[in-house]
Amino acid sequence: MNRMFAIVEREMRKFFRSPTLMIMSLMMPILQLLIMGNAFGGKIVGAHVAVVDYDHGPQAVKIREGFDAIAVNIKTFTTVNYTDENEAREDVRTGKVDGAVIIPVQYSRRVYAQDAPRIGFVVDNSDLFTSGSLEAEMQALVTALTAPVIQPRVATAIALEIVELYPYVNYMKFLLPACVALAMYISVMIGGGMLYIDDKARGVHEGYLVTPITRLELVMGLNMAGAIKAVLSGICLVVIGSLMAGLGVIFHPEADLELLALILGTSIAFNGMMFLMMVRVDDPLVPRAMFGVLNLLLFYPSGAMYPIAAFPPWLRAIAIIDPFTYCVHGFKAILLKDGGFEAIWFDLLFLFVFGIGTLLVATPLFKRTL
Amino acid sequence: MSSSTQLGPAINGNGAPSSAAPTAAIAVENIVKRYGNFEAVKEVSFSVADGEIFGLLGPNGAGKSTLIRMMTTLVPITSGRATVAGHDVAKDPDAVRSMIGVIPQALTSDPDLTVEENLSIYAKLYSVPKAERMKNINDVLEAVDLVKWRGAQVKTLSGGMRRRVEIARGLVHNPQIFFLDEPTTGLDPVSRIAVWEMLNNLRTTRHLTMLLTTHYMEEADKLCDRIAIVDHGKLVALGTPIELKHSVPGANVVEVHFDRETAEWQGRLEKLDGVTSVQAESAGFYRVLTSSGSTTTMQLVELAASLGETLTSLSVQNTTLDDVFVHYTGRQLRDEQVKAPLASWAMLQRPGDQR
Repeated sequence: MNRMFAIVEREMRKFFRSPTLMIMSLMMPILQLLIMGNAFGGKIVGAHVAVVDYDHGPQAVKIREGFDAIAVNIKTFTTVNYTDENEAREDVRTGKVDGAVIIPVQYSRRVYAQDAPRIGFVVDNSDLFTSGSLEAEMQALVTALTAPVIQPRVATAIALEIVELYPYVNYMKFLLPACVALAMYISVMIGGGMLYIDDKARGVHEGYLVTPITRLELVMGLNMAGAIKAVLSGICLVVIGSLMAGLGVIFHPEADLELLALILGTSIAFNGMMFLMMVRVDDPLVPRAMFGVLNLLLFYPSGAMYPIAAFPPWLRAIAIIDPFTYCVHGFKAILLKDGGFEAIWFDLLFLFVFGIGTLLVATPLFKRTL
Repeated sequence: MSSSTQLGPAINGNGAPSSAAPTAAIAVENIVKRYGNFEAVKEVSFSVADGEIFGLLGPNGAGKSTLIRMMTTLVPITSGRATVAGHDVAKDPDAVRSMIGVIPQALTSDPDLTVEENLSIYAKLYSVPKAERMKNINDVLEAVDLVKWRGAQVKTLSGGMRRRVEIARGLVHNPQIFFLDEPTTGLDPVSRIAVWEMLNNLRTTRHLTMLLTTHYMEEADKLCDRIAIVDHGKLVALGTPIELKHSVPGANVVEVHFDRETAEWQGRLEKLDGVTSVQAESAGFYRVLTSSGSTTTMQLVELAASLGETLTSLSVQNTTLDDVFVHYTGRQLRDEQVKAPLASWAMLQRPGDQR
């Protein structure tokens, strides 16, 4: 029995003398509760819906009044006025707006003539949660217009015609952008985090430091190696994942170029972030303990699983500075929507600026001596 | 050899600046390393002549590794001056780095790469021109007798072979000065002797100056032209192995084992003619330093016979570096911490991770 307790004693002593492990093992479930609890199941708030009003009649005004009521009360979406249906469709595709309502010419006349009045609703069905919420809200509005509490003299039956921009997006397709981001994160975490600290602990860096290599060369060398590994991992996942999910976008050279730019931006951003976090760490336990926490803290707030529009403000704030957000958004825009550079330019800008910025901060922190 | 080969002026660790002779490959003058309030190295001065093998001896935590790390630009010098191959370590570290080869205490060659790949990467780190790279690699592999293992992954090699890879790695850019931090620690006696032979050959064939730290007295005795003993961060002795042995009172060591232990033996032994010190090793076993081994032996036999005691064993030998080491550093075990615990939780080292 004593022998058994000797093992227990040893493990307990080690545990209580490893503050990193202790804090992380306590922090992880609490963070999980906090982040996952808030990241899933929230109501969509603050989406943007384009309104193309070709009618401008009294019935169109009634619809717009309904939109205003939604914007002020349950705040699911606010409207943006458009004059051109094609422009609105394109902006849905590139993610500038989440949906577009088309009020056709003669809509008011058709309502009064009881001539099958219809409203068009273009949705970005690559995001099932947002499009589902908007569709439900729009359907409720149309129902209210068709059968108001106070019955009008002229009964109308307005139809909501939903136009889904893309073919059916199954869960495998939906998850692919998140999986690519995750694969690149794991590659950076292992290659740039764990192996970096392990090499440091084994004295490999000491071997580098006695050579005439400069601080900048060493930092850039380590990060370039990390970036190459992440790029390879990203390319593999994009190609294999797209084939598995049945996405043909990888056969378009222009999309390939956009994907490559995204993969490059993501690897630079992830590497810069990881290097900044690890630059002064010596204990090989730290990156291992941080692995899960960082994953939780960066992956779920990114909108990879659930739309950011449904998050509480503090989780949205994390999403804004989280490179995962832009990586996932960019991959979704190309893989699921084929949105082109127009849809991802801001993602690319953020990823490159974030990556270079974190590297610029980390480089002077890197010690050229022991 | 510089003037500091003379034992006298350097023995207290405050060697005169004369130790920094103009021809010295390494010159250290009043060098200090402080970590907060803790002084790891205290005003150490010495010099190493061109082509010399110089040994740094000392107990664990004495400051040997800190000294070597300061000279190899790994640790900033708090005060004092060190020049290596004529370049100031603090002012011109890059020039120093290109002149030196360093073999750290740990085996740091990449285990997943082959011997040749490891060497090639280090040749590139030292900016060895492409045309010379392969020739250098061939030369060093031959020098360390690893030619037929060049394509083997380092992880498949034995400890002795891995140490030879480290030596080859340190030489791939043809340095002038070679620093070795405990180069044979953890090796079996045969591998250790092989490394000694290799280092001696390298010194001759490549005209290398070497500075090494070691725990093995035999290693220091066989390899080093001069030895410095460091204790508590200070240089406590400096000289050739013979000079150091002569500096210890007593020319011989007599080891005697009595059948029966009594409290009086220590006192009786100390009273014998020529005896300078008596160390009790274990029950009935004493190590006696004496100026005349033969006289003390005779006296010991007579003493035992007169008391009716039996001698189990008796041996006489010359003073060794072990005696020198114990004489200068004492017999107390050193329990100093290598690193003070750091404040940041993220930086805390796990127990047993001391380097």
